[in-house]
Amino acid sequence: MFDDFFIRALFVGIGMALVTGPLGCFVVWRRLSFFGDTLAHSALLGITIAYTMEINIALSVFIVSSLVALMLLKLEKTTNLPTDALLGLLAHSSLAVGLVVIGLIATIRFDLMGLLFGDILAVNVNDIIIVWFGGALILLVLKLIYKPLFASTVNYELAEAEGMKPEKVKAIFTLLLAAIIAISIKMVGLLLITGMLILPAAIARNISSNPKGMVIYSVIAGLMSVLIGLFSSLEINTPSGPSIITASLILFVLSLIKIKRSSQLKS
Amino acid sequence: MESSDNLLVKMEKAGVFINNKWLVKDVSLEIEKGKIITLIGPNGSGKTTTAKMALGLYKNISGKVEKFTKKIAYVPQKISIDWTLPIRVFDFMNLTSDLQDQEINEALEITGAKHLLNNDLKSLSGGEFQRVLMARAVAKKPDLLVLDEPVQGVDFTGEIELYELIKKISETLKCGILLISHNLHVVMSKTDHVVCLNGHVCCSGTPISVANNKKYQELFGEDVSKILSIYEHKHDHKHGVDGSVEEN
Repeated sequence: MFDDFFIRALFVGIGMALVTGPLGCFVVWRRLSFFGDTLAHSALLGITIAYTMEINIALSVFIVSSLVALMLLKLEKTTNLPTDALLGLLAHSSLAVGLVVIGLIATIRFDLMGLLFGDILAVNVNDIIIVWFGGALILLVLKLIYKPLFASTVNYELAEAEGMKPEKVKAIFTLLLAAIIAISIKMVGLLLITGMLILPAAIARNISSNPKGMVIYSVIAGLMSVLIGLFSSLEINTPSGPSIITASLILFVLSLIKIKRSSQLKS
Repeated sequence: MESSDNLLVKMEKAGVFINNKWLVKDVSLEIEKGKIITLIGPNGSGKTTTAKMALGLYKNISGKVEKFTKKIAYVPQKISIDWTLPIRVFDFMNLTSDLQDQEINEALEITGAKHLLNNDLKSLSGGEFQRVLMARAVAKKPDLLVLDEPVQGVDFTGEIELYELIKKISETLKCGILLISHNLHVVMSKTDHVVCLNGHVCCSGTPISVANNKKYQELFGEDVSKILSIYEHKHDHKHGVDGSVEEN
């Protein structure tokens, strides 16, 4: 069944959408879209290290992204700089360091375009296993921290006062983001990961009235984007990663119609 | 040190020092089950800071705060909710606990907010939101209830109802209540202990003794302090949310 490259791509895409849907909702709710971007940028450094030391890419990206995320949490506490400035600092400097390392190690020649946009059609059975097992693990952890994470997203102090551990779940959630980036970097590339996290959640926000509904719609929107994007890339021969995001964008535009309708109803 | 079973929070000379400034210092108080403690004081006197210390929201404090319960409900003074979240009153009620639908309905019923159950949280008015906050706290059936100006934004009759409700909660749940009064001069008759703050504990005791205390009178002026009204009223009917009279 996994012989066909297209079937493999479908499996990986579906696995990813199942995970980015719920995670993306929290990225949108917690205003972390730029944070996801920063982690994705730092992934380049992770990939370079993986090539140099010949270790697993997903593992190396996860470690580097987690370190960058922890550095951010630390810097937030110790400096007076606003978070967006720190994110910019970390995003650009980790990207730069990644490129410098590539330059230093002249023997590495890898496909930069592939790295930026990924190649979902080139995935192998191993990738499918990583995405599905890694994804299942991420979803399991997210399910365990859902309540305190959601409560502290709504109101940090209220959650803390009533015995939730907002700081702890924030750190865990950050690691989950690093993990999804690590397992999906090869498929959609670092420029499109945040797209996969944000677009389905944004579509879902337009058409839902409660948090659980938004999570479900976000997953559905992600799945539809993957299916439409992959099939159309097969039909009209467009790059698959960007096709998925473009499909998402079209769905987003369609979801705006619903907003317009409901605001007309109210007035 | 032994503590009685009823003790919920014990603060000893607790204070918060941030940015080269004491927000409040040397606060000692005890919150016990079934008792209501009311904090009063001018703006910036450290009422909210004291409540947050009792809740353990400050990492670095001087002195000592000991908490003997985990079943806590908090009604904050200001709550800013990010409206990127789609959230209904129903979802908010379950924010930090898993309640049965019936418990949610009952709690909303007694704060007069039952009709809001499926409303979007952001569509509520200030007073409605306050009632929902109270309902959420009640539904949790806490041991310790911290109320930071719980009646702000609520109209006058609603205010009386909410004070009645606080009294009822304290009687039925036997929980300890730390109440911050938005109105200096209104201290509930049911209050067991009043702590008057002004950066430190200015005076404390029963409502009557605080009202007669010299320091209290100096702080707020003798004329003003005379009108410290100790909330006590009786009524033979109550009003529905829409204003209709309901016979008891």
